[in-house]
Amino acid sequence: MEFLVASAIGAMTTAGLYLVLRLRTFPVILGMSLLTYAVNVFLFASGRLTIGAPPILRDDVSTYTDPLPQALVLTAIVISFGMTAVIVMISLGAFLGSDDDHVDDQAEPGPQSDGDRS
Amino acid sequence: MTHWIIAPVVLPALLAPFIILAARYHIQIQRVFSVAGVLALVMISAGLAWQVSDGTVLLYQLSDWAAPFGIVLVGDRLSTLMVLLTSVLALCVLLYAIGSGWDNRGRHFHALFQFQLMGILGAFLTGDLFNLFVFFEVLLIASYGLMIHAGGDARLRAGVQYVLFNLIGSTLFLFALGSIYAETGTLNMADLALRVSLVDPSETVGIRVASVLLLLVFAIKAALVPLHFWLPSSYAEAPAPVAALFAIMTKVGAYAIIRVYTMIFHPDLTVTTGLHDIWLLPAAMISLFIGMVGVLGARKLDRLVAYSIIGSMGMVMVSIALFTPDSIAAALYYILHSTLAGATLFLVSDLVRTGRSDLMLEARPPVLGTSLTAALFFIGAIAMAGLPPLSGFLGKLLVLDAAYGSSLVVWVWAVVLISSLISVVGFARAGSVIFWKAHSAEIVGEPENVSRPSVLSYASVGGLIALLVAHSVFAGQVHGYTSKISGQLFDPVDYISTVIETPGKLSKPKENH
Repeated sequence: MEFLVASAIGAMTTAGLYLVLRLRTFPVILGMSLLTYAVNVFLFASGRLTIGAPPILRDDVSTYTDPLPQALVLTAIVISFGMTAVIVMISLGAFLGSDDDHVDDQAEPGPQSDGDRS
Repeated sequence: MTHWIIAPVVLPALLAPFIILAARYHIQIQRVFSVAGVLALVMISAGLAWQVSDGTVLLYQLSDWAAPFGIVLVGDRLSTLMVLLTSVLALCVLLYAIGSGWDNRGRHFHALFQFQLMGILGAFLTGDLFNLFVFFEVLLIASYGLMIHAGGDARLRAGVQYVLFNLIGSTLFLFALGSIYAETGTLNMADLALRVSLVDPSETVGIRVASVLLLLVFAIKAALVPLHFWLPSSYAEAPAPVAALFAIMTKVGAYAIIRVYTMIFHPDLTVTTGLHDIWLLPAAMISLFIGMVGVLGARKLDRLVAYSIIGSMGMVMVSIALFTPDSIAAALYYILHSTLAGATLFLVSDLVRTGRSDLMLEARPPVLGTSLTAALFFIGAIAMAGLPPLSGFLGKLLVLDAAYGSSLVVWVWAVVLISSLISVVGFARAGSVIFWKAHSAEIVGEPENVSRPSVLSYASVGGLIALLVAHSVFAGQVHGYTSKISGQLFDPVDYISTVIETPGKLSKPKENH
């Protein structure tokens, strides 16, 4: 199981990194989501992988799984979900405003780039 | 247990939803509550700083859970000083935003401002690495909103870059936290400090990876070259008061590096051999140099200020990377200075923009109020470039002095002095083009969209400059205090024992690994 989890994390990180390095916002955001999935599984695995063990102390159980990474991962999932929603909205706004979804800077920032004071 | 230490987190956290819910459409009421909240924050943080100035460490256990299990907030000299700096800066910036009407150019400025303060202050006060991550996210998500405040295509595009870069940073942070937890089984800073020193020197692979990942994350926040690419566009495109508040955000990264790498991964540890002197110091020197070259090469005033922020962070990081008590004291003195000077320059560049149609470094006809703005720019530029008599010069002297014992002293001195010269030329060029050449430019048509900045705007910039002057006049006392801070940082026994040994629920820590 360790191999399965480790290779899943590795595959998602690789794909995520590749997509993050792309030029347009949509693949970059997809890559970000893949990276956050990878990190969620990674965090979950940081408390060691245990199968079928309860995360709370009981009298009749001798093996436990670490409950803390589960709490951490829950926080991380919520945060990354919210952040993905924010970046989707902002990049949609940028795309609809300038009709261009490149992530990088324009080569020549024209003088009109300052004319947005309202 | 005093409850005051959680007030800097709770007060903005309650004020922000109140502003949204109760005063959504009433900008005046929002302003009143926002200013009142920040004034209260200034007083609370001054009180906290006063309380810990004798060396006590304040501890707040949330829900009374004892340290390695529960979340703790810790106030020592360093964190309360940063909290005080943040709230004073926030007051000036908020007054400027009100005076210039920036807060009324989009929705929810004040609510986001309060959430931003909550995140920054929480990051300074927390004693737990995962909590640090959460507060980073709080301050980031508020900063995303503030960064694109008032909209505009250029700003949204810069916002996309800013958000994406920081999302990658957050992901790295989580990877770092996961590997630290896998290696040590705790994320409480004081507990980590104890456990990392117990790691077997032959099995340090995991903890080394974790410490480097963590350094990368904080270096992204501190805009250290080559991780600085998010900063120039986002700071230049952000609304000026927001950019001025962001001047403290790079310092959050510097604070985190100081905290984590003096207490947990301190320089004497075999785990972190080479991290400070082989990697951090050259990167810091390169960012100092690149930042100041950027000042010289910038074609717009706001970019120039953004690059000067990178340069001054480089100076801070050079001083931090030396990792001696003297150099940390110098770094703290310089952090105070560079926050105030950076914020001043961002606000002044907005004053300039109020008087002309854009910020290109080209000669434009003179407009209303130029002479006062020019004087303010002059003072801010002197401070940032590090010329006497202001605190930039004193801070630079302290850094140079602290570097004297280092083996790389020649490099540090050369880079610091050459880059200072470059920045002096850069600022002089910008100032003379904008303010002096204006008189030789021909007036073509009526300038549009210009007006005289309000008195409150000038007053808040003047307040920042007064703080800079005070920082220079009382340099002896301030440096004495920062030396005490670095003494406390290099001898964290009090901190660790206060956090670990204060009783609470579950106060007998058992070995869970």
